[in-house]
Amino acid sequence: MQAAVPSKARTPRAEQIILFRVGGQLFAISSASVQEVRSIDSLTGISQEIPTTSVRKVRHTVRRNEQTHYVVNGTVHFGLPATAASLIFFLRHTPTALLVDGIEKMTTMTYLQSLPQAFCHEERDWYRGLTPLDQTVVPVVKPEGFLSTEELTLLDTAVQAEFKKKKADTAEAHE
Amino acid sequence: MSVVTEIALEAFVLLRLGERRFALGANQIVELIAPSRVFRFPHRTTALEGVILRRGRIIPICDVSEQLVGKKLTLRRFYLIAHRFFGAQKEAIALPVSGDCELITAELTPRSESDLAHVAGWLSHNGDALEILNLEALTPGPFATRMVAALSQPTEVRA
Repeated sequence: MQAAVPSKARTPRAEQIILFRVGGQLFAISSASVQEVRSIDSLTGISQEIPTTSVRKVRHTVRRNEQTHYVVNGTVHFGLPATAASLIFFLRHTPTALLVDGIEKMTTMTYLQSLPQAFCHEERDWYRGLTPLDQTVVPVVKPEGFLSTEELTLLDTAVQAEFKKKKADTAEAHE
Repeated sequence: MSVVTEIALEAFVLLRLGERRFALGANQIVELIAPSRVFRFPHRTTALEGVILRRGRIIPICDVSEQLVGKKLTLRRFYLIAHRFFGAQKEAIALPVSGDCELITAELTPRSESDLAHVAGWLSHNGDALEILNLEALTPGPFATRMVAALSQPTEVRA
């Protein structure tokens, strides 16, 4: 008699996510991608306005731990109606800080479906995929999808030009 | 002496969009379902209006009526879930339809050069000539995007 082969139980891989709102719309992000969450009020005095560039979604930078973070307005990025942001997410592995309306909750996702291929425009850069959660479907954002390489280059150039201008102005004032 | 001509009949599903009917290869059809809740999120593929959740799978919805009959459907009775190919891969897509669908067998007449890109062929049913739809050309995806880009390129005319 042959011994029964034990069946492999498929354990879904769970991932901790933060559910948050931008422009009233619900999104998810892996909690591992968020380095820090801060209140907007705590940025008063430490954020710097940057000159107008073609990257309309970024108007400010925040200098933290020797790194410049570009503050992305999520409503402009996603083309949503403007809402008042109350929190800012400092994201890992990208110089992006994201303005959000607020956090809905932290939860676990066990299934992430890649974005259907019929979605064939910028959203492919925005989302890792979609997850069904509590009778709804939530897009899971890509942290590196908020600013493209071209946008980062434009912003870096604008910030460096502004820095040089300020330095020159200061030197002029001392003379 | 009688001559028996062998005609290759194929199975098609007829779908209704407003007053007109179209056909899809039956092998592309997954199921016909009642409309369910549409989940919307920001995206830039304007031809898609959102997604539905069906048996744990997330399926995009594409209303093709505007392209085929010139206006969006005001009455949606069902979603026809069909497979759309992306190269070798296939994925389900939900097409809103305004009436019952019918399974028939008919002879396929191949498309001609002058047919629009969304026409995969023709069939004759109850005296009507019906377009067999090419979902790869009709619904968004890498192929459709390339095709739109190619069509928008100015054509060089040489004397």
